[in-house]
Amino acid sequence: MKRASKIYTALMMIFLFAPIAILVVFSFNDAKSLSVFSGFSLHWYRELFRDAETLKAVRNTLVLAVSAALISTAMGTAAAVGINRLRNKVLRQVMDSVTNIPMINPDIITGISLMLMFVFVGRLFGAATSLNFGTMLIAHITFCLPYVILQVLPKLQQMDKSLPEAAMDLGCTPFRAFLKAVLPEIMPGVITGLIMAFTLSLDDFVISYFTSGNGFQTLPIRIYNMTKKTVTPKMYALATIIFFVILTLLLVSNLYDEDEVQRRRAARQIRKASKEEKT
Amino acid sequence: MNKKTSSLVQRLTLTPYSVWAVLFIVVPLVFVAYYAFTDSSFAFTTDNITRFFTATSVVDDGETVREVHTYLVIFMRSLKLAVISTVICLLMGYPLAYIMARAPEKTQKILLTLIMIPMWMNFLIRTYAWMTILQDKGILNGFLTALHLRPVHVIGTESAVIIGMVYDYFPYMVLPIYSVMAKLDVRLLEAASDLGCPGPSVLRRVIWPLSIPGVLSGVTMVLVPSISTFYISQKLGNGKFFLIGDAIEGQYVANNLHFAAAIAFILMVILLVCMALMQKLANRKLIVA
Repeated sequence: MKRASKIYTALMMIFLFAPIAILVVFSFNDAKSLSVFSGFSLHWYRELFRDAETLKAVRNTLVLAVSAALISTAMGTAAAVGINRLRNKVLRQVMDSVTNIPMINPDIITGISLMLMFVFVGRLFGAATSLNFGTMLIAHITFCLPYVILQVLPKLQQMDKSLPEAAMDLGCTPFRAFLKAVLPEIMPGVITGLIMAFTLSLDDFVISYFTSGNGFQTLPIRIYNMTKKTVTPKMYALATIIFFVILTLLLVSNLYDEDEVQRRRAARQIRKASKEEKT
Repeated sequence: MNKKTSSLVQRLTLTPYSVWAVLFIVVPLVFVAYYAFTDSSFAFTTDNITRFFTATSVVDDGETVREVHTYLVIFMRSLKLAVISTVICLLMGYPLAYIMARAPEKTQKILLTLIMIPMWMNFLIRTYAWMTILQDKGILNGFLTALHLRPVHVIGTESAVIIGMVYDYFPYMVLPIYSVMAKLDVRLLEAASDLGCPGPSVLRRVIWPLSIPGVLSGVTMVLVPSISTFYISQKLGNGKFFLIGDAIEGQYVANNLHFAAAIAFILMVILLVCMALMQKLANRKLIVA
């Protein structure tokens, strides 16, 4: 890289990371001040772990994200298989457009639209509050689905179409053929979709805000409620922990990239083949 | 595979998603329109829509007292701030994407990860971090005072809102442009300069036209969330710069669901028209290029 490029890149990285660095530093601040650093202390971390509401929000977020990711991945993968087999051009076009809607629409509109429907249906059944964990789960599955489909569909298109046919010619049922011949081929896409769905759900605030009601609080909603009042560095301690969790996850997933997986799979197959040869 | 099992597979795989998509993607949008065009007893009315275009309020900025169209002013302000933020993101992000795409592969990977890390932090936290920095007695002014410079008043101004938007959505501009540029055929650039095209011209006549798809998706990915945001303006603008997202959220909190739906409906229609226009523009540009 040229010198000017290096300086420019460094400046952009400073822009991206300075605010985060400040959060991390001030989470260890002795005093409550958010601008003067008076000494190192773990006080705010202790406070954070004593905050039952935040801990509950973490648990809620994880339960929601895992459920939404698993359901949307299962449904999205099946949908991708179906969409990939669609021969009717018009139907295909319609499916693609509908799938795109949640990605193009601003979050606030997705959130408002689902909320309006939930409230309306709830009122039909005479419920006072119709927003709860269930409505939030539906909302999260809905905005995760397109991302899963978009990850799986290209893998299906790249796949050799004769693979499942061969499996079925050799006596597999369609479902078994899918498990044995198709699924291993599209697995990288399915995994990426699952991870994307999980992180999207984990991070979502806007759609959750409109579909959560009062009872169920996720971490982003908890953060929102914390920042409504004057903030203590407790929130910074939380942000710091989130930052390091993300950092670790990204580093691990980068080490465990696709090439690596394929290399290992190839090695395993070679080992297997040589074992079979021996016997 | 015989035809019968084939259609059975088709039905089994596609049905759950189709039902889901209709119930939770299509029907909710119909509900937005339904609420937008009805009053609280669900009788048809266009009042909500007309209210958006005609409601007025009195503004007293200390010098003059004026009557303005409340929601039109809010909408124009959202549009202005979002467009400014998008342009700044583009001006800052394009060179970075270009540098990244031409860097050695290992550097590319590291930079990509670095850009994605802030994206994974919740935008509430990112916005709040800027609030700490920009406060009158915050870190920025502490820094300026230490350098014997005059402190600046940023928080509660439009600039603060723009800074927040640029920071929050910057990665969404860089990533699509980078992914298009990384696939650019280097031989095209070499051919251009071999044929005597000077450096700046290569950028203008070869790289720029080829990167337009990336720019367009970057622009959409920054413009759409920044025009509809409702947290950034509340925190960094001290609630002084109501944006269209704030208006929707405010009506939701006040339980005026029909008017909230009307604003959302209008926003959706405007965005759809914008995107269609942009797509058309892009197609024409691509043909010319």
